Amino acid sequence: MQTTSDEVLIGRIASGDRLAMQVLFARHHVRIYRFVLRMVRNEATAEDLISEVFLDVWRQAEKFEGRSAVSTWMLSIARFKALSVLRRRGEEELDDETAGAIEDQADDPEVTLAKKDKGAVLQQCLTKLSTEHREIIDLVYYHQKSVEEVAGIVGIPEATVKTRMFYARKKLSELLKAQGIDRGWP
Amino acid sequence: MNTANNNERSEIEGLLPWHAAGTLGHRDTQRVEAALASDPELARRYELVREELAQTIHLNETLGAPSSRAMAALFAKIDAEPARNKVASINLGARIRAFFASLSPRTLAWSTSAAALAILLQAGLIAGIILKEKNVGGYETASAPTNVAGAGAYALIRFQPQASAADIANFLETNKLSISDGPSAGGLYRVRIAATKLPKADLDRIVKTLREDKVVGFIGIAE
Repeated sequence: MQTTSDEVLIGRIASGDRLAMQVLFARHHVRIYRFVLRMVRNEATAEDLISEVFLDVWRQAEKFEGRSAVSTWMLSIARFKALSVLRRRGEEELDDETAGAIEDQADDPEVTLAKKDKGAVLQQCLTKLSTEHREIIDLVYYHQKSVEEVAGIVGIPEATVKTRMFYARKKLSELLKAQGIDRGWP
Repeated sequence: MNTANNNERSEIEGLLPWHAAGTLGHRDTQRVEAALASDPELARRYELVREELAQTIHLNETLGAPSSRAMAALFAKIDAEPARNKVASINLGARIRAFFASLSPRTLAWSTSAAALAILLQAGLIAGIILKEKNVGGYETASAPTNVAGAGAYALIRFQPQASAADIANFLETNKLSISDGPSAGGLYRVRIAATKLPKADLDRIVKTLREDKVVGFIGIAE
């Protein structure tokens, strides 16, 4: 069965089709929610943000030129809004402190138990990365964005995308090492 | 390993996350696969990448989903937005283009060419009906609406099979025409020429002018 493409839905939304908006929302809202939740770390804020993101889609649909995938365009909007929230909160400066606070929790008995599972530890370390590093890891691994698309979403050159990804992974390895898991890399 | 090889290896290693996610282009995919096949250390590092990929997906999938509050809030905001210009009332050209775009070229061509003979017969019938309706009461075509006679001036039109949707939309816009019905089985569209009924002489003159347009295959006055 052929589904209506996101681009067609955007065209319909541009002409005021609420049903097309519902379809687009149903198709993408969970991923957009998870993307912003990983950035803002607050469920209520993330929910507020996705309604704002899709409201922007409703308002801007007419201007969408199709130079990128619709999902990439929406992630760009979501990122901008999430960063605005973080700036308002001043959390970007506090990010290392946040990471430190989470790191302290590593000594909890539950976490100690989880250490037996390498996957669980890796997931825990993923949550400790800085906003910048979390973002790029999520975009590449979870949202399956190409180098070019990540560059478009984040607003950096493609070479910087690769470098940032390298440093995000390097930091992840360091966090794992601190938890007793040496991957022998980098 | 020389510097060139080191650079190549670093570059390939930088692509591993995208290779694991399946978002590399064909050429880069082949480069990475060739390197992985010949470099065991790179292959070992690739396994680390795959672990990261799996756990990132797992982590994100455990984040759950937003409540229905998000959707309710969105549509409440949309409802509060200023009314958008409706396609039907303003952007007639776009609506017409969308309508024709929804028909495949084959459908358009088939419906027009296969029905050519029927159209000519229909046209004759329609013309006869129009001319005789005043004198011969009680006869109506099965498909003709009975209550629109006074609502405007109409024509039946068939477009040339080679006319593009853009040409047709442009023709309709230029001549201030709107499609009110169709296509019928013979590929005929009923188009409104004027909002009010016109004298026959005026209607004949307009139809004659429209007939000159390259997109028109057939046009006749409709009731």
